[in-house]
Amino acid sequence: MSKAHIEGGERGASLAAQALPRFFGTASRRAALGFGVVLLALFLLTGNDLWLSIANYTLIYAIAALGLNVLSGYTGQISLGIAFFMSIGAYTAIWLGGQPVQTPAFIGGKVVVTSLYGLQLPIYVWLPAAGIVAAAAGALIGPTALRLKGFYLGIVSLALVFIGTYIFSDVSSLTLLTGGPQGRSFYTPCNLFTTCDPTTQGNLLFSNNPEVFGLALSRQQVFLVLNFLILAVAALFVGNVMRSRAGRAFQAVRDHEVGAAIMGVNLFQAKMGAFMLSSFLAGISGALLAVYTIHVSPADWSLLLSIQFVAAIIIGGVASIWGSILGAVFIFALPRVIDQLNILPVNGTSTIQSGDISAIIYGLLIVIFLLFEPGGIVGLIRRLQILAQRFNQIRRKGGEPTAISPNSEAESQFEVEQTPLSTGEGTQPLAE
Amino acid sequence: MAFFLQLCFDGIALGCIYALIALGFTIIFKASEVINFAQGEFLLVGAYVVAAGYYQWHLNFFVAILVGIIVTALIGILFERTVLRRMIGRPVFAIIMITIGLDTLLIEGVSVIWGTDQRPAAITSGLLDVPKVGDVVFPADHIWAIVVTLVICALLYLFFRFTKYGLAMRATAIDQEAALAMGINIRTVYALAWAIAGAIATIGGVFLAIYGGRSLNPILGSTALLAFPAIILGGLDSVSGAVIGGIIIGLAQGLTRGYEAPFQNIIGTGFDQIAPYILMLIILFIRPYGLFGKRKVERV
Repeated sequence: MSKAHIEGGERGASLAAQALPRFFGTASRRAALGFGVVLLALFLLTGNDLWLSIANYTLIYAIAALGLNVLSGYTGQISLGIAFFMSIGAYTAIWLGGQPVQTPAFIGGKVVVTSLYGLQLPIYVWLPAAGIVAAAAGALIGPTALRLKGFYLGIVSLALVFIGTYIFSDVSSLTLLTGGPQGRSFYTPCNLFTTCDPTTQGNLLFSNNPEVFGLALSRQQVFLVLNFLILAVAALFVGNVMRSRAGRAFQAVRDHEVGAAIMGVNLFQAKMGAFMLSSFLAGISGALLAVYTIHVSPADWSLLLSIQFVAAIIIGGVASIWGSILGAVFIFALPRVIDQLNILPVNGTSTIQSGDISAIIYGLLIVIFLLFEPGGIVGLIRRLQILAQRFNQIRRKGGEPTAISPNSEAESQFEVEQTPLSTGEGTQPLAE
Repeated sequence: MAFFLQLCFDGIALGCIYALIALGFTIIFKASEVINFAQGEFLLVGAYVVAAGYYQWHLNFFVAILVGIIVTALIGILFERTVLRRMIGRPVFAIIMITIGLDTLLIEGVSVIWGTDQRPAAITSGLLDVPKVGDVVFPADHIWAIVVTLVICALLYLFFRFTKYGLAMRATAIDQEAALAMGINIRTVYALAWAIAGAIATIGGVFLAIYGGRSLNPILGSTALLAFPAIILGGLDSVSGAVIGGIIIGLAQGLTRGYEAPFQNIIGTGFDQIAPYILMLIILFIRPYGLFGKRKVERV
């Protein structure tokens, strides 16, 4: 069965090669993609629930990290408020897609059994809606927040998190949506594409191991595919935006605001665009997090969550797609993996807990990365690549001294750009 | 009326503690353009060291405070020397994040050394009195918090106005390059700013621990987040603004805490915890650089 999967993936890749030359154009890219699909399929089929859950959380968080990178990394606007926009997305999703749970709610000083809001709409309604409402919230706050610069913006976005947590946990008129301080469940009785059946208390389509392509998938496995696809689309989208006119404008604003304005960039438009795109991705991530964890409480969207995202993009790599993803892996997956593998020596009798050690390591790593490798993990990888290239050059020079030119690095990049033309693959659509 | 006066008095006392925290932020920011997110943890470390000095090493209350001041000042200098000096000229969020990293290290250090349980805060008998005038209670620690804040403000004023190093710090704040050209040792200025901020944090921490129920726990430092509205209100680069901002925030919080009960059905409990932030947003909406902050002139 896994074979069918792989073949499908490869056929898809070769079909897409004509339409998307940049992404699938070269043999090495196709190979890497095929390898990735095989790896994913293997993990999907062999991983146990625990590892799948670690992967799922990481994929969901990576979407929000990508969103933060759009705003902070590419556009240079500091935000500690990403958790707020995630919560907006989560509660929008809960309202539209949730099941009206019967819960004792604390209203007007009395305990009343009420049914919490939930319209039971399908995922293709609530998931985009979560992103759109979060982006709308960004559009509402943006004009005020984006007048501010530097530290002022950082502290205002921090205030958003506190105000959000308060509104969702304490404001009485919202307890029917949020369930108050203790939170509420997010069950969606709807299938991905079929109508609702309120009698089954399942969530998404995962209640009774549905079949996809003749393959019975568990809840974790379906989520892995879903989260992976959404992250892949988001990463491709952000990557393409950053190569477009709008993306160049974002980066110009980051590098020099006045300079960008002189070059004709509309500062307000660029900042608002980045702010809304970032909020949109955060909203999607929040909605996925809510449906995946099932239980959502206002305290989940704390300042700590925001700080973890800032740490993720710094450690992963600022203004880099892979940096966002690797940073999310580092911040959200690595602590749990270390916990699982029992790597850290913890003396049972001492006062030091394993949580303390991982927090100390986390603090130290942030400081060390910022001091010595501002490019993050991506910067580190790039540095290693250059080192490896130099090493290869030296070795080849020893063998055949005339074969290498001094700018071989630039030449190899040129080659990648030329391949679709020289092989004729890229010209085929034109001929038709 | 007595209720109102009581709320005002408590609010001003709390505001003075916020002002002490805010002063630390502002002094560092003026000298080196760094917002020190670890300031709250300076507070925490200071309060814990003073408590340890008082209860474990059986020092006199004031000697314990002196020890606490020295420790936090040294930590401040250490951070400046080893970490923040290398961060000059780096993006703002990198600076925010590195101080958050240091914050994590300090808070974990405290919970490793002293544990995470509630501990008694250092307090001396003079701070325990609760004199009454009419129906209004004036707890001694509140009065002392106000007095000490005023004294510290006066000392800082004298320091900045009349001493050589104070002048150097002011010159650096106005124009770093010009100060360098005039032979001012910028490194000393930075070290001094961090030491002063650390020292003031210990005093703020001692009062905050007494104000918040005479006990210590590792989340004490998160109260410092409420000093952010204070410094933003006053303007990041204004020392007097920090004090005024702190008192405004304290008053706003005290008054909302007193009068929020009738509106509980609409706004719920805990509105006083976010009232400072809402006040800050309103002020920033009108004046994006705070009440006393200066708009920077940008040169291209």
